[in-house]
Amino acid sequence: MSEKAVEEMSFEEAMAALEGVVGQLERGDVPLDQSITLYERGAELKKRCEAKLKEAEEKVHAITLGEGGQPTGTKPVEGL
Amino acid sequence: MSDLFEEPETGVNAPEFTVTEISGAVKRTIEGSFSRVRVRGEVGRVSKPRSGHLYLDLKDDRSVLSGIIWKGVASKLQTLPEEGMEVIATGKLTTFGGQSKYQMVIEDIAPAGMGALMAMLEKRKALLASEGLFAPERKKPLPYLPEVIGVVTSPSGAVIRDILHRLRDRFPRKVLIWPVAVQGAKCAPEVVNAINGFNAMTPGGALPRPDLLIVARGGGSIEDLWGFNEESVARAAADSEIPLISAVGHETDTTLIDFVSDRRAPTPTAAAEHAVPVRLELLNWVSEQDARLTRALTQAVSQRGQRLRDVARALPKPEALIETASQRLDVATARLDPALRQTVQVKRIALEQRSAPLKGGALMQRVRHEQDRLKVLSGRAAPGLSRSVQQKRQSLDQRIARLRIPVLIQDIERKKEKLNTISRRFSLQGKTQLSKWEAKLDAVTRMHQTLGYKETLKRGYAVVHSDDQVITSKSAAEKATALEIEFHDGRVAFAEEKTKTAAKSVKKPTKPPEQGSLF
Repeated sequence: MSEKAVEEMSFEEAMAALEGVVGQLERGDVPLDQSITLYERGAELKKRCEAKLKEAEEKVHAITLGEGGQPTGTKPVEGL
Repeated sequence: MSDLFEEPETGVNAPEFTVTEISGAVKRTIEGSFSRVRVRGEVGRVSKPRSGHLYLDLKDDRSVLSGIIWKGVASKLQTLPEEGMEVIATGKLTTFGGQSKYQMVIEDIAPAGMGALMAMLEKRKALLASEGLFAPERKKPLPYLPEVIGVVTSPSGAVIRDILHRLRDRFPRKVLIWPVAVQGAKCAPEVVNAINGFNAMTPGGALPRPDLLIVARGGGSIEDLWGFNEESVARAAADSEIPLISAVGHETDTTLIDFVSDRRAPTPTAAAEHAVPVRLELLNWVSEQDARLTRALTQAVSQRGQRLRDVARALPKPEALIETASQRLDVATARLDPALRQTVQVKRIALEQRSAPLKGGALMQRVRHEQDRLKVLSGRAAPGLSRSVQQKRQSLDQRIARLRIPVLIQDIERKKEKLNTISRRFSLQGKTQLSKWEAKLDAVTRMHQTLGYKETLKRGYAVVHSDDQVITSKSAAEKATALEIEFHDGRVAFAEEKTKTAAKSVKKPTKPPEQGSLF
């Protein structure tokens, strides 16, 4: 189990951790009380994954450039 | 001129030019004759001073032609000349009077056909590959689910639309578009600037730093795509810290950036597919994991339940656990008494074996032995003693024999006689002395009788006694409790009553009753 807090995990990390937890549980060689801890962690990871998946939001901006080609800001892009 | 006239040389009547005149004449001739030429050759030394003009040599195996590209022209060139490049230069010839030089002013320069372009590309590839920029281990993994995607492309056109559409289908994300020219001379520097610019953003800065870059361009001719073959673009892509997907041209087009990018997508749409996973699939995956999780836990519990039941069945009954022990106890108990008895028996035998020498036989034998010895010794004692006595007696006899008896007897006779003489003398002496002493005693006795107070009593005197004391004074008589008066023929006792006369008549004895001793 990774030491990183679940809330700080990226989707990918949470996914890998969840996969690990499921695999461990399915192997069935974990002591029972640890199984329950694992399950709880799995549920937490699953929640994190779902939250990350729900964050799917499209936001498209184009960078505006100054004279020297340096970015000065962004402007929303629509209609593409 | 005057000198010429003063010293005319024969045969010289041609007009004279100044250097400038002749230089100008040459310039006019050359520019007139070569006002527009196309020259094919290999690019030699290229230099670009700060003025911005570009100087280069065109050469073949025998000759060299200096060339110059004015700053304004150079900035518009699609392909900048590089040393070794086979080019066709278009322009005019002119002279540079200051150095007695002729040169070509190049208005356009292009690689000499596809072959030359490709040859140049191969050269660049070889160079970059030799630097290890294409190495697979340099390729960075793409983030599984990027939060922000930076797209370097033209802001208008099909490419960005394709990318956005596909992202929307799969997993809508934040997208930052960095608009660049995707062809022409500006293309390469702008793309380089964009890649570097995205990398320069700091995470959490004013602009969100993308965690994935897509450099994309639609299909086009090799010349159109050439900007993405530029070494500067390839190097910028190789240096990008942000993972980079290149998607330039169509599937069949491969540009230099494709070799250094972390992932090459054949089309912009494919780039979007590489960039993000499909959200629906992930949702499904998550719910599948959830199901597996629950199933695994349930199974873990039920498996353990089953195992518990199995094990519980296999657990022996408590009675069975003690049966054997109980039986063993019985057996041991049964053996205890005999064992004790046996032990006692064994000990007793051992005791007997040990005590046997102590008892009867041996002791008696020993006593008997000692008695025998005693007997022998005592048997030897009596003869020894009598022998010793015998010896002593003999010795005594010898001594007796040596004694002279007659002498002794004579001596005894003599001493006996002497004794008799002395005895006689002693007896005689004693008798004499005795009779003397008798006479003396008689005289003394007589005197004593004469002098004694008893004789006095006969003459009428009396002695007053009290408690064995002789009362000699009136005061003593008064003190006494009883008085006794002794006369010559006996005593009369008086108690309490005292006669004055009696008291007066009492006289003090002249002598104490006791007589002096005989001697």
